[in-house]
Amino acid sequence: MKPFTRLHSCTAVLAHENIDTDRIIPARFLTTTGREGLGRHAFHDWRYQADGSPDPDFPLNHPAAQGCEILVAGRNFGCGSSREHAPWALLDYGIRAVLSSEIADIFRSNALRNGLLAVVLGEAEHRYLLKHPHIELAIDIAAGTIELPDGGRFRFEIDAFARHCLLQGVDQLGFLQQHAPQIAAFENQRGAHA
Amino acid sequence: MSANKRTLLDKLWDSHQVLAETKSTPGILYIDLHLIHEVTSPQAFDELRMRGLPVRRPDRVLATLDHSTPTTPTDDLGQHLYANAEAAAQVQQLEINCMQFGVKLHGWSSEHRGIVHVIGPELGATQPGMTIVCGDSHTTTHGAFGALAFGIGTTEVGHVLATQCLLQRKPKNFAIHVEGKLPAETSAKDLALHLIGKIGVNGGTGYVLEFRGSAIRALDMEQRMTLCNMSIEAGARAALIAPDETTFAYLKGRPMAPQGEAWDRALAHWRALPSDEGASYDREQRFDAADVRPTISYGTHPGMVTTLHAPVPAPRDLQERRALEYMHVESGKPMAGMPVDLVFLGSCTNSRLGDLRAAAELLRGRRIASRVRMLVVPGSVAVQREAEAEGLDQVFRAAGAEWREPGCSMCIAMNGDLAKPGQLVVSTSNRNFEGRQGPGARTVLASPRIAAASALAGCIADPLQFARAQTEQAA
Ligand code: SF4
Repeated sequence: MKPFTRLHSCTAVLAHENIDTDRIIPARFLTTTGREGLGRHAFHDWRYQADGSPDPDFPLNHPAAQGCEILVAGRNFGCGSSREHAPWALLDYGIRAVLSSEIADIFRSNALRNGLLAVVLGEAEHRYLLKHPHIELAIDIAAGTIELPDGGRFRFEIDAFARHCLLQGVDQLGFLQQHAPQIAAFENQRGAHA
Repeated sequence: MSANKRTLLDKLWDSHQVLAETKSTPGILYIDLHLIHEVTSPQAFDELRMRGLPVRRPDRVLATLDHSTPTTPTDDLGQHLYANAEAAAQVQQLEINCMQFGVKLHGWSSEHRGIVHVIGPELGATQPGMTIVCGDSHTTTHGAFGALAFGIGTTEVGHVLATQCLLQRKPKNFAIHVEGKLPAETSAKDLALHLIGKIGVNGGTGYVLEFRGSAIRALDMEQRMTLCNMSIEAGARAALIAPDETTFAYLKGRPMAPQGEAWDRALAHWRALPSDEGASYDREQRFDAADVRPTISYGTHPGMVTTLHAPVPAPRDLQERRALEYMHVESGKPMAGMPVDLVFLGSCTNSRLGDLRAAAELLRGRRIASRVRMLVVPGSVAVQREAEAEGLDQVFRAAGAEWREPGCSMCIAMNGDLAKPGQLVVSTSNRNFEGRQGPGARTVLASPRIAAASALAGCIADPLQFARAQTEQAA
């Protein structure tokens, strides 16, 4: 994973609450054995009309949302399944950060592991961003700050280890492997049960 | 918090902690059982290949085919009729991966193939005191045995394959007490929907739920699995029910359960697992089982629930309004009576023998309404065989339903079994998200009894109406 320290981009807003993983990527696109190219299926049934053309009512199809790498989403984003295809699809679509007042557990952990910044904001900050779509934000992961166009600043917290991994581009499997001796010792100590 | 009084979660966590978490690093948690299936594992095996790593403990991995497998019989040449070439390739990839990495696969020829959360318990692979993971959010099902079981992403599937461990922070503990007796014509499914309606689809986020109380103790293992299965729909990381005599009786003699002396040793260990008297939880909430009514969903997430005859509540916000529009549901009117196109009896929530029996009891000697198509998809080959031995397949067939091969089928609709746009499906599965059962499909979550009654009536119906007729007939 490449180190990820700052992000400067505009916001696209999906204000809907409880956007589930089936909406992020419908199950019929999960028959893949790879992880590339899923961006074209991101929000598929929401984004396209029946004839395959982009649905102008879908907020991410709005001209001002084009190229925006920050997704501001309604409460409880990413609920539902554990499919990692959801963050893969968002990243491939071009989203690099998701901001909400609540993000479902498995989605959040999948996102962070793939270098998709998933940030839980306070209610007031969240409301502000929902009400002001398509604004430029500067996110500083090390400092834990989001800078608004008017110079205002929001603070955010993410898990210390997740932040470390993003900033340094840490390979978490490598980190686990470094503890192979402890894992072996644990197995031995459990003896017959292990 | 008293230091030496521990909850079930505490005990499970402590006994699997390879390394304790600190402020700056998560803990390392050892995983006893890793279940895998074709959809969320291929990229994890690729990662291992890329790094030149073996599977650390192939003896702790169980694989099966369930999500993208067809539920129709093979053709004249014995070929499986996949929905598309990609689905076939995905299944084939799992077969190759299991062979190359030495993992046991319950594939097409196995007597134990089935939905991953149905076969684990059925084989006795799922046991109290274990940590269990799977690249699937409904892994919460296995918590019914007093095992810490949760869904993980594909990257983590790779972590477990390579190291048998996960980087984890300990979740918080949420005790849900359900006391009293569930009324007649209600089941664990009604209880699950009732509870999600109360605590909300995000009410469990960050928590492991522990279901406690007399109503929980009274549930059999299949019902406990149904309840734990649905807890992810409240956003919970996992669910737990303390193991007891019901648990042990279910497990005894199953192929992968300990035998002989090992059984006695295991039993002693399992009996020590329940939360200590006076152990404290981060959060607690009490419910009365007597309040539960036959419950169904009316919206597009599992928290939008109502009882059969109650008027659908008015939308509280724009999204609920949109959900009602999508569902063609009118607030102020009851769901009962709404015309039904499809009935799906299946999924890891409700595809076990008890579920099939409950539905068959209503269908016996009757015909489903002509407007309705009903799919009955047993959870595993073993369930299928047992049901056939009892003649349940004949009951379903005679009623006009389709008796299918085991798999996830219309729960996730990625194998070709799906509803057409606009069709209303009464489904015993767990998710009613927009498009979950096919683009534009409208899903109503319900128990097997409500599903069967609705198939008979051709509209959403109360099982009581048919159960009563049955008793009268008998009298
Ligand atoms: S039956 Fe449905 S919920 Fe269960 S494992 Fe299969 S797709 Fe997932």
